Amino acid sequence: MNSALTRSLRRELLLAARRRGELANPLLFFVMVAALVPLGISPQASVLAELAPGMIWVMALLATLLSLEPLFAEDYRDGTLDQLLLAPAGMVFVILGKMLAHWLVTGLPLTLIAPLLAVLLALPAAGWLPLLLGLLVGTLALSMIGAMGAALTVSLQRSGVLLTLIVMPLYVPVIIFGSAVVQRAIEGFSWLAPLALLGSISLLALALCPLVVVGALRLTASD
Amino acid sequence: MHPLAAHSFPPLDSALLAFDAVSCERGGRSIFSLLSFELFGAAALQVQGDNGAGKTSLLRIAAGLLAPSGGRVLSRGEPVDSDRYRFGSELLYLGHHAAIKANLTAVENLQYTIDGRHRFELAAIFAALAAVGLAGYEDLPCRTFSAGQRRRVALALLLLSDARLWLLDEPFTAIDRGGVAMIEQLMAGHLGRGGAIVLTSHQPVSLAGLRTLNLTSGADDE
Repeated sequence: MNSALTRSLRRELLLAARRRGELANPLLFFVMVAALVPLGISPQASVLAELAPGMIWVMALLATLLSLEPLFAEDYRDGTLDQLLLAPAGMVFVILGKMLAHWLVTGLPLTLIAPLLAVLLALPAAGWLPLLLGLLVGTLALSMIGAMGAALTVSLQRSGVLLTLIVMPLYVPVIIFGSAVVQRAIEGFSWLAPLALLGSISLLALALCPLVVVGALRLTASD
Repeated sequence: MHPLAAHSFPPLDSALLAFDAVSCERGGRSIFSLLSFELFGAAALQVQGDNGAGKTSLLRIAAGLLAPSGGRVLSRGEPVDSDRYRFGSELLYLGHHAAIKANLTAVENLQYTIDGRHRFELAAIFAALAAVGLAGYEDLPCRTFSAGQRRRVALALLLLSDARLWLLDEPFTAIDRGGVAMIEQLMAGHLGRGGAIVLTSHQPVSLAGLRTLNLTSGADDE
């Protein structure tokens, strides 16, 4: 079981390493939108600081959405999905490996680049660590939940918009607690409670989403 | 020819793959109905039929990828759903699409097979690639390959896998004449060891003991 997971992870990371240019796109999107906010709203630090926690989280969410569509679509087109469904055991672990690899190449880099955005948007220093920890935990949930949408829409030619419509409502709790972590830290309250809630959402998603993905992919193959 | 898989399979007491009155419906249209056959070891079945006759659907039903609209698919006397693990570990399915990743090299494609079951020695992979005529191409990314060469990478699995039941959907697509002879030789070797093969193909296959199943006429001419 575990070897299925690690082998799947290695395979996906190898594949990701072969298309580095594509991986940079969500990151560039993340940074560019952040650079536009001061131009569009106001360059005043006090105004930006107010908006920063929610803004950064919304942008992380959109950047994740951008990266979801090819998650299973390529496998669907080249026949890999059939082989995956025929895997005698541990298909859930192979899928989980794919989803974790997605987080490692999108969610984790988004988290690491977030301090740059915090500077761009004049986020008060008290919010930096909570923002990093929140993104670290929360982007995992974004990847897991997003993979469900990607699996459900895998057979569609242009799945982008539908995928977004399916996944967005499910992202609501993540964004509420994610920005609450930063907001409370800036206001000087304890931010561990929303972080813990965010963590529990991620763990729940980690446990359940692979099962939903397997079911959705099976349904697609038998169609 | 078979550098790797020299062992033969133990004898069977019931059919490796059996269709029991299987029907298939696609999009509300009946493709075939009440199809029954049994496949024991050392036997090959060529599924023939016009385009749209249901050859690929039949293979997908046999592999368990597609649910039949009626009837049962059995393996060793039990429905395949009852023990997917055992059935899956006996099965090698090569579909229309070769399931070859363009961004991986030929070796990596075989080294990191998607199903997580196969784990091949590097030496065995090199030997298999040489046997399918890809010596010297091992470390090139598959996107530089021709369609036939990609197909050959997938066919290297035939040499590496220990699966007893091969389900091959149009194995000769994009393969040159020498390659066809090589595949026929591989299939003959597999039958010799007690394996079973179901394949779809439009072209005649020269293989001793090959039965054909014509989906268009519905007649199973042995």
